[in-house]
Amino acid sequence: MKYLPLLLGNFRRHRVRVALTLGSFAVALFLFCVLIAIRGAFNQGVEAAGADRILVVNKVSLIQPLPLAYRDRVARVPGVKDLTFAHWFGGVYQDEKNFFPQFAVDHTTWRQMYTEFRVPEEQWRALAADKAGAVVGKVTAERFGWKVGDRIPIKGAIYPGDWEFNLVGIYEGTRPQDDLSQFWFRWDYWAEKVEPDIKGYVGWYVVRVDKGHDAVTVVKTIDSAFANSPFETRTQSEAAFMASFVEQMGNIGFLMTAIGAVVFFTLILVTGNTMAMSVRERTGELAVLKTVGFRDGAVLALVLVESCLLALLGGALGIALAKAFTMSGDPTGGLFPVFFVPGWAMGLGVAVTLAVGLLAGLLPALGARRLRVIDALRTL
Amino acid sequence: MVKIGSNGASESLIVVRDLAKTYRRGSEELHVLQGINLDVDRGDFVAFMGPSGSGKTTLLNLLGGLDVPSAGTVRADGEEISRLSGARLVRWRARHVGFIFQMYNLIPVLSAFRNVELPLLLTPLGKAERRRHVENALALVGLADRAKHRPRELSGGQQQRVAIARAIVADPTFLLCDEPTGDLDRRSADEILELLERLVDEHGKTILMVTHDPRAAERAHATLHLDKGVLAA
Repeated sequence: MKYLPLLLGNFRRHRVRVALTLGSFAVALFLFCVLIAIRGAFNQGVEAAGADRILVVNKVSLIQPLPLAYRDRVARVPGVKDLTFAHWFGGVYQDEKNFFPQFAVDHTTWRQMYTEFRVPEEQWRALAADKAGAVVGKVTAERFGWKVGDRIPIKGAIYPGDWEFNLVGIYEGTRPQDDLSQFWFRWDYWAEKVEPDIKGYVGWYVVRVDKGHDAVTVVKTIDSAFANSPFETRTQSEAAFMASFVEQMGNIGFLMTAIGAVVFFTLILVTGNTMAMSVRERTGELAVLKTVGFRDGAVLALVLVESCLLALLGGALGIALAKAFTMSGDPTGGLFPVFFVPGWAMGLGVAVTLAVGLLAGLLPALGARRLRVIDALRTL
Repeated sequence: MVKIGSNGASESLIVVRDLAKTYRRGSEELHVLQGINLDVDRGDFVAFMGPSGSGKTTLLNLLGGLDVPSAGTVRADGEEISRLSGARLVRWRARHVGFIFQMYNLIPVLSAFRNVELPLLLTPLGKAERRRHVENALALVGLADRAKHRPRELSGGQQQRVAIARAIVADPTFLLCDEPTGDLDRRSADEILELLERLVDEHGKTILMVTHDPRAAERAHATLHLDKGVLAA
């Protein structure tokens, strides 16, 4: 602590330069944290996926349906504990920009399958009692200012017509990665209103595998049961399904890593240059410190600590800005149902910042350590 | 009492025997100091004069442990510093020597107080004790009311007085001054020289000073001349 005035004094030496260096760190860490948040948003489905849930979809494509008649046959497969199904609706609320996912779900089994979502008991009972009832996630409800009791008009895009729903419930999540943007309504309401030839179909089945049963065997049994039928199935874990969904949008992880690497490499150069300039300018002062008794190691430590302090201050500022930015929620208006900077990312950001500070300060610090007092004093 | 040319045992504070410093420039050897024998007692005020390149600053650097001799020995306060190296030499320097430079060499971003405090950061003294020592040193040089000023807010003479306060704050065994008035006007130079005299006369300090200024040298108890690396009275 007694060396703090000396360290802080150096920050006052070239305020603009220090501010720019701090700014470059802040921008880099802001970018890093926001990219992690975006990556998390893309991978939200993977992270939120239930470990014991598997999805059964049409082998041809996700948008091809499966017969409702498969329900009982899938349920009879050994190892299937629970079963539910859903159908993608794809309607428009007021404007196409107001996107949020809408599912026609089997309200009799949906809640038992997705126990991570919390819906008050009386609200779920209201859904059972009202065929046109709907339950929406807290994020979407807040986004449009919906309250229980509101009537929600949605224009059908895939299934034409004006659909009206009674909002009977609002669900919340139990984990940060839970998607609170979904809109659920009753499948039987959907089936009642669509053309007769598609009434008997569902979008996909969700299965919970019983403990003690091998999920791989369950997957194979389901797919082989419907092999060579007009509606062959592709069964996979929920996480694998979500991951393949994400892959359709490109390799987000690689992109994040590539951008992050470029940013941090640039940062090392910028900070290293700043520290080198700072040390060069202070050659005489460092010589004076050595003259009055500061050892080589102490001078090395001073330069390194200064570099790390500069990095940490800028990094902390960037992380705080990213936190503030993501706290206001999804900036895209629906594309990122989950958007937050996880704690591990902030920790990693601090660690990387410290590493950059050390790396950038190392060469100038070694130069300061090697400095010979009489040579430096001669240049004054 | 300053003596030159002695080569026997001595009880003096600083004892220099057969000191030589040679620099190598390519294949050429440059003999900067040769055969220096010197005894300086506690409380002496010695001035070294001589033309540029005569070896004055080199001698000061060797006496202060900033450089190592090519031959000969330097003993200060009973310790042979020419045999010390690395951390031991740094520790010895911090304990025994106060340096005063021509260009003051203050840290521009620190206040006068923090500049004077620098040598004490290396001691085990607590904050309150450090403050007391710094305040005493600043009072001694007449700058008690300028403690919070940065170097650029002080005149040259005041900056040099801060540098003197920094040199004496840890109560070193002796002070080495390299052209302490070289960058000052006459009046400020006289004030600095009076301050150095007071440190010797009233506080018993030992001072070795390099100067080009005969009026500065007049203040010393003895003036020694260096010419081509050889010492003469």
